Amino acid sequence: MNKLFILAVFLCGSILYPRPAPAADAAQGKTLYRVYCTQCHGLSGDGKGINAPQLSVQPRNHRDRAEMSARTDDDLFKAIKEGGQAVNKSILMPNWDGNMTDAEIHDVVAYLRALCCAGAK
Amino acid sequence: MRKVIALGGAALMTALSMTSAPAAEAPASIQKDCAVCHQMSGPASPDLAVRQTRKGPPLFFAGNKFRRDWLEAWLQKPTRIRPAGDFAPDHAAKGPEGDAVEAASLSDHPAVDAPAAKQIADYLMTLTPNTALLAKEDYTPGRVSARIGAMDFVKFKGCSGCHKDTPKYGGFSGPELHTAWQRLQPPFIVSYIRDPAAWEPRTLMPNKHLNTAGIHKLANYLRTIGEKPEKAK
Repeated sequence: MNKLFILAVFLCGSILYPRPAPAADAAQGKTLYRVYCTQCHGLSGDGKGINAPQLSVQPRNHRDRAEMSARTDDDLFKAIKEGGQAVNKSILMPNWDGNMTDAEIHDVVAYLRALCCAGAK
Repeated sequence: MRKVIALGGAALMTALSMTSAPAAEAPASIQKDCAVCHQMSGPASPDLAVRQTRKGPPLFFAGNKFRRDWLEAWLQKPTRIRPAGDFAPDHAAKGPEGDAVEAASLSDHPAVDAPAAKQIADYLMTLTPNTALLAKEDYTPGRVSARIGAMDFVKFKGCSGCHKDTPKYGGFSGPELHTAWQRLQPPFIVSYIRDPAAWEPRTLMPNKHLNTAGIHKLANYLRTIGEKPEKAK
């Protein structure tokens, strides 16, 4: 009976106070960035990854505060999820929707913000 | 890190030198030897940590992926397929002009003698858990001119960002593709381009959501650049 009561309270609580979406995790974003992004954007995010010399359009320098401040989180999310073309940029930036979940892409965006503008390494 | 790789390579060399074991024991010993660097049983892990510590591509679907004759020849005389190793960040270092591949951090694949290569290729070709994925594809190899194909590969689809379509041109982080036609089964090429994550959830290959004609065009280009010229009769 007690268990039922606790469950009922929990369910009511969930309805009345829905849990907010979990905050993006910049630390997890850093790991994802290393796996998927550094090959072009560089180990330090300076846009000089190992593939960069062969690219006709140079990858964005994610440490450039002015450039990165000009983009909203939604812009960054869209560019990562749907690729460069979706935000009128290069096709060389692929769409990563088949590799990362939306939550993971939000984590990457959180890391980008830390990288460009909060001195993350 | 370099020491670890060197030690791993040395251990693998030692392990592979033992592949002349009796035929009946072959699969178990080969599986053990290859497993030093390759995942030998599926499914592929979705764990990022696993992807970051990988030393070589998974082989548990080798029989769905490789051409047997290529495997047997390559194992005797291996060449580098992935210019920056299996996980590029582990083999890149910052240089004066930006990041560059740290060649000294890469270890060569051990070579084996002809009988061992045959034995290993025979075994790897039995690993076919993804036959159903290949069965979904209906691809008859066709032709595309080298010029049109290159334009598609480089400009329209952006594949050259990560892959080389000639020994000199293209990115470093993905496997080179100028010999892809020689080493890969055509339905695998098509299936992998269509849905890379169906093969490996943590693949670094994006799914470009190409239609079938677009996928076949890329596969045909790999044929154009990779097919060995027919021997003179």
